[in-house]
Amino acid sequence: MMSAKDTTAQAVSAAGEPALDAERLRADFPALHQQVRGKPLVYLDNAATAHKPQAVIDAVNRCYSRDYSNVHRGVHYLSEKATEEYEQAREKVRAFLNARESREIVFLRGTTEAVNLVAQSWGRQHLKSGDEVLITEMEHHANIVPWQLLSEQTGAVLRVAPITDEGELIVEEFEKRLGPRTKLVGITHVSNALGTINPVKQIAALAHAQGARVLVDGAQSVPHMGVDVQDLDCDFYAFSGHKAYGPTGIGALYAKADVLESMPPYQGGGEMIRQVTFKKTTFAAIPQKFEAGTPHIVGAIALGIALDYLQGIGMDAIARYDRELLDYAHRALGDIPKLRVVGTARDKASILSLVFDDIHPHDLGTIVDSEGVAIRTGHHCCMPLMERYCLPATARASLAFYNTRADVDALVAALQKAREMFGP
Amino acid sequence: MSDDLRDLYQEVIFDHNRNPRNFGKPEGFNRRAEGFNPLCGDRLTVYMQVDEEGVIQDVHFDGKGCAISTASASLMTETLRGKTVAEAEALFKGFHDLIMDESGAGAPDLGKLRVLEGVKAYPSRVKCATLAWHTVHAALDEQDEPVTTE
Repeated sequence: MMSAKDTTAQAVSAAGEPALDAERLRADFPALHQQVRGKPLVYLDNAATAHKPQAVIDAVNRCYSRDYSNVHRGVHYLSEKATEEYEQAREKVRAFLNARESREIVFLRGTTEAVNLVAQSWGRQHLKSGDEVLITEMEHHANIVPWQLLSEQTGAVLRVAPITDEGELIVEEFEKRLGPRTKLVGITHVSNALGTINPVKQIAALAHAQGARVLVDGAQSVPHMGVDVQDLDCDFYAFSGHKAYGPTGIGALYAKADVLESMPPYQGGGEMIRQVTFKKTTFAAIPQKFEAGTPHIVGAIALGIALDYLQGIGMDAIARYDRELLDYAHRALGDIPKLRVVGTARDKASILSLVFDDIHPHDLGTIVDSEGVAIRTGHHCCMPLMERYCLPATARASLAFYNTRADVDALVAALQKAREMFGP
Repeated sequence: MSDDLRDLYQEVIFDHNRNPRNFGKPEGFNRRAEGFNPLCGDRLTVYMQVDEEGVIQDVHFDGKGCAISTASASLMTETLRGKTVAEAEALFKGFHDLIMDESGAGAPDLGKLRVLEGVKAYPSRVKCATLAWHTVHAALDEQDEPVTTE
């Protein structure tokens, strides 16, 4: 039931109060305050990577300047301190994803390594010739190629569920391809090229009913919305730190504890063992079993700080602001002659794939860049998706909570300029 | 508009992009190669007729690309007609040096190819401007595999 207070808050929101104060938050990001090509930077390439708040930059600096040592090894003070912080970061990731236990969180280089780990460890253990992996047409190469490699190794078959012209997964078509042979479903939570938010909770339930495990690519969802892996009931959830305002080279894989325990190691080395003799090695418990070698200690700690920063704003506020800014962008872009937005799913994050049929995205990228507006042009590591839309590439603007309506206006003005240069 | 951008997108470039010369598959040719730029998805095919003396009698191209790659291919076809294979390779090197800003001594007269000089301010666009030339190089080498700019 809605309290009187909630009603008031909604009324304020309906009156145009933004979900968060982007202008104030921008001040936390030093890289946003610079000129490029003689113009103030308007950074709209957040789906490729996001800029870092001062708190994250300071955390990296502080770790290397003071509290730095290797983890899980020494008995000396600094090693204990670094280990404590590293494990605290794991707990922060657990809390962020609402996993049951922190041992369900494996620190890795990012989403790509996480998918490869699942394919090579879980996949090689469970898949045999004729088994199937089911993915969607909108997957990033990182959720396609590892399954192709696995298929070659095991004789498994990779199947693909189609999407609508608007960029929504056709659930009935997905269900038709799901059956007793399906051992794993790989699906992106948010499409990096279209912005589509997939119904992963529903997909997980359908997959589980057929006995399949579910891996969710969370690279684009973690920066945009709250994620609850228990509610989604997925078996694996992968994300990258650098898209979530943390450092590059660090990310995490969530996997249900019983699934993770049953999986063989992905890489062998130090850190992941219990006892080694030349005859036999016994492995450490999860998650260390999957963290061979010295991990990216400082990256993990700084990722924890980035997640603290996001929690400080509130993921609900970020998601609401994301939707407000996306709606504003859709309206503003609608005024540009001959511009098409590819990907118009009802449930969508603030990613806009833009196409002029008579201006190549690469020309668009260069012209827009000359106005200080950074967007991404290309296939966005989704070549099969581009083929689906018969496009060589798109120009993609991807927004973050530190972007404002003024940033969208700058994009619109830059696109108008390209339109004028190439003729009306 | 910035000077760099004006230098890159000259009217000649727009003209060749809108109306590319020698565009389409010709009736006869004895050299053919495909070029692909995986970065931007640009694809083009070059068709050439080279006579027994090694003189390029005809060059055509088709495919899809950005304004820079289309205009560059169009200008190239006009420039190469009547040149020998050796002259074509020398032009490719001279053109490459021009847009990489590495012009050395003994560079050939590049003529109208010079309108693409503005590319040198945009390192990420060099591959667009050179795709057609890499493809011609492959056609003259009679390579079977499609060339890529990567």
